[in-house]
Amino acid sequence: MKSAKPKRGKVVSYNKWGYIFLIPFVVVYLVFQLIPMVTTIYNSFFENYRSGLIQVGPTFIGLDNFIKIFSNADIWIYAKNTLIMWVLGFVPQIIVSLLLGSWFSNPSLRLKGQRFFKTVIYLPNLIMASAFAMLFFTLFSDGGPINSILIQMGILDTPFSFLSNVWSTRILVAFMNFIMWFGNTTILLMAGMMGIDTALFEAAEVDGATSTQVFFKITLPLLRPILVYVMITSLIGGLQMFDVPQILTNGTGDPVRSSMTLIMYLNKHLYSKNFGMAGALSVILFIITGALSLLVYNFSNKKEK
Amino acid sequence: MKTAENHTINKGLNIHARRAIAYIVLVLVSFLCLFWFYVLFINATRSHGELTRGFTPIPSTHFGDNWESLMTGTLPVWNGLINSLIVAGFSALLCTYFSTMTAYAIHAYDFKLKKFMFTFILAVMTIPTQVTALGFVQLVSNMKLEDTFVPLIVPAIAAPVTFFYMKQYMESALPLSLVETARIDGSGEFHTFNAIVLPLMKPAIAVQAIFTFVQSWNNYFTPALILHEDKVKTLPILIAQLRSADWLKFDMGQVYMMIAFSIFPVILVYLFLSKFIVQGVALGSVKG
Amino acid sequence: MKKKVLSALLVTAMVASMLVGCGDKAASGKATDGGKVLNVYCWNDEFQRRVKDHYPDYQEVDATTGKIGDVTVKWNITADQDNAYQNNLDAALLKQKDAAADDKIDIFLIEADYALKYVDTDYALSVKDLGITDENLANQYQYTKDIVTDSKGVLKGVSWQGCPGVLIYNRDIAKDVFGTDDPAEVQKKVADWDTFKATAAELQAKGYYAMSSVNDSYRVYSNNVSTKWVVDNKIVIDENLMKWVEDSKAMVDAGQTNTYELWGDDWSKGFYPEGKVFCYFGPAWFVDFSMAADKDGSIANAGGWAATEGPQGFFWGGTWVCAASGTDNAALVKDIMLKLTTDEAIMTDIVKADNDFVNNKPAMNAMAADTSYSSKVLGGQNPLAMYCAGAEKIDLSNLSKYDQACNEEFQHAMKNYFDGNATLDQALDLFYKAVEEKHPELSH
Repeated sequence: MKSAKPKRGKVVSYNKWGYIFLIPFVVVYLVFQLIPMVTTIYNSFFENYRSGLIQVGPTFIGLDNFIKIFSNADIWIYAKNTLIMWVLGFVPQIIVSLLLGSWFSNPSLRLKGQRFFKTVIYLPNLIMASAFAMLFFTLFSDGGPINSILIQMGILDTPFSFLSNVWSTRILVAFMNFIMWFGNTTILLMAGMMGIDTALFEAAEVDGATSTQVFFKITLPLLRPILVYVMITSLIGGLQMFDVPQILTNGTGDPVRSSMTLIMYLNKHLYSKNFGMAGALSVILFIITGALSLLVYNFSNKKEK
Repeated sequence: MKTAENHTINKGLNIHARRAIAYIVLVLVSFLCLFWFYVLFINATRSHGELTRGFTPIPSTHFGDNWESLMTGTLPVWNGLINSLIVAGFSALLCTYFSTMTAYAIHAYDFKLKKFMFTFILAVMTIPTQVTALGFVQLVSNMKLEDTFVPLIVPAIAAPVTFFYMKQYMESALPLSLVETARIDGSGEFHTFNAIVLPLMKPAIAVQAIFTFVQSWNNYFTPALILHEDKVKTLPILIAQLRSADWLKFDMGQVYMMIAFSIFPVILVYLFLSKFIVQGVALGSVKG
Repeated sequence: MKKKVLSALLVTAMVASMLVGCGDKAASGKATDGGKVLNVYCWNDEFQRRVKDHYPDYQEVDATTGKIGDVTVKWNITADQDNAYQNNLDAALLKQKDAAADDKIDIFLIEADYALKYVDTDYALSVKDLGITDENLANQYQYTKDIVTDSKGVLKGVSWQGCPGVLIYNRDIAKDVFGTDDPAEVQKKVADWDTFKATAAELQAKGYYAMSSVNDSYRVYSNNVSTKWVVDNKIVIDENLMKWVEDSKAMVDAGQTNTYELWGDDWSKGFYPEGKVFCYFGPAWFVDFSMAADKDGSIANAGGWAATEGPQGFFWGGTWVCAASGTDNAALVKDIMLKLTTDEAIMTDIVKADNDFVNNKPAMNAMAADTSYSSKVLGGQNPLAMYCAGAEKIDLSNLSKYDQACNEEFQHAMKNYFDGNATLDQALDLFYKAVEEKHPELSH
């Protein structure tokens, strides 16, 4: 204790630098996120929109915006759409990533061309989502190359309207998200796997464990922190899903708004300058996001015990 | 003991099969990653008339024509490219520098609000930016910053996700004894951060710079709400305009060329830097 | 209940006060001269091309800038999809008063679908205030003036074109199926909707689509309605539009046409022989501007189209030129308006060079009788007499300022019904929902 005391005093004298170094973050956060958040919440209690050149409001209307949103099931449908498309993309993503990651990190497989494959699978992550969506829109149109190829191969007789069908549209969105993100996840997981002490694997090998056993009994549990990280970031990213379905469906979320995500719905209100409804919607989204994140966080924590 | 022997034998037999499966899957996913860009390249070389006649796997000769019509068209593509580079570049720079600084503040110092700040930043990490977009747009409009890059660049300073990554990385890569040594040598805190901490954080900074750059480069939601004038529009906004009426008078060759214009430069740069990027991503997370 | 009435009253009061406020503000933003930059807001390069080709002093600098004398012309082009053009224009107009001289809008273009929205405000300058007289405009078709006349009877814009629509059919297909491509004979096959439907079946038997998309015939129905889209802030769907839905659904189910969105690549496939599309519906600008006449291999390029009246008369689009309050180039704006919309020689040039239907009766009547004139796209046919007859008949009494949103969303929503993804009721709900999102003051 005695010897610690002067040291502690010394630390204290530097501690103000903790605050100083936090200034940029705090200031920028306050200005560009906290103030907007407060005004967003504030707006949600007002009727405030522009119809053409006529401004209506702002008029205080209490919770009317929220009541209006919950008076029909739309928001739940959009939430469901968002989750469906996220799950459709995330499940194959995590499976493929785990598989590729374990192959890449397994020295006994001695895969050749690893650098090439890693380069290739990471590539789509760098592609502008809007350009990628635009590309898919043209590729999968009735007269586009994909239909053309399928007809040439004799798989189809007449063009299939991918974007006029609920599930093919959703699957396209999910597929694009999968292609764009599985490389990134693979590399993260692989790095995590390589970080596992090889002595553990050697010990398992001596004990005669199969590679499947090694994977489920050693690799997976040790990867949990990274998996949780991947899952949470992916879920948050999934809730923000916007660019791909927005451009693929031209903002309509068609067919029958089955690929309309929460953010696309928010964007509709923002775009038509309906600040009251957009505010209320933002508040609801905020709550949904928070709840989901907590859920995932708790769930993964519990499992650890 | 017996079973163990069996397993080792199985494993020995399996390794070739497993390797074969691995290669097949890898080739398959590589195909899924590259096929679209191949089609894009082919179609960018074909004229509209050829495109209407269906797909062929061989490039045609109209690359120059399509390029010409894109360049002389009404979409300000070069402006878009430069604007995107500016926004993404500065975002990456500010984001990584200040996130490292924030992480360092939490990592290296002991102060009253430390715990609170850390929890706070983690908590706000999950708030999507879109949720505050409304207030953000109003704020930007009140600050008269519409049609400028400031609202797209400066907010990158407060990036909780990057902060979190940096903090994790510091825990394994930045021994506080180094900082102590620097203090004994009389280095000021700010100087220590710039001269000692930053260089040590280089791998993590590189990874996060790339992430931030890509994220900002790809961002469509916020810029679309802030930028309305043609001369400041970033590439994603221009791309989205392709989806609207008047389709550049239905020249699909030009449409493909525009998509290619926004995709291929990135692919080229990536191919040159791929070794560094992929290793960087991996390296960062090993330590993290 | 009480609260609602109260808040409704409040809103009305506020809107009223805002309107008055706006009036005061805009009225002070009068027109001046001597500006160095002429800002033009538009949604495509049609007007730009007219100015470039037919306004005497215009020099092109690049795709979005030009020069007239020492004035720089800036083209601010925003494609109008999902109201993007209007939103952009609205934002700019609301800032007009405080904008720097070089940033002030001088000219903005509007379409019939939402003309009233701008005409009925002080953001559009009366053409009289620019010094354009009734005599200047005497030769224009009356309907082109009706659209841009505000509720007080003040004319707020001018147009160089008229947009009576016709049915444009593929000559080769007509020969193949009917044995003739003579417009008079083909007209008998498309004289009314029942005949058209029978013909569609006939075309289908030979492997052709009657139209590229159901949306092609939309305008023909929607221009022959008997009510406005919005009456007392309630959305009303006209019977004729429901007839469009019914007829279209039958044709889609039978495989005689598709549900492509207009202006999409799939929709425009029919501009090429491979598309196997019998007809499109459109006015003069459509033939010239949209049918890929400049592309090798297109039907238009080979002069393979012909025009006939079709089942019902209609009009589509049309572009009006408005001067913005606060313009600092009033004299130049006036000159552009006069030269491009009233000068008979220039307008005759436009017909000859671009096959547009211009807003000038003497010029059009002369050209219609001129046997030396023919449209290349239409295989040597002179369709102008047909257009002239149509232009006199156009009735615009059922326009409302919500037409753009309603027409666009109605087609979007019904696509779901046609594709079999929604029942009719679901599709109608989608339509109401989408319009009310854009215009929260409306209900159904």
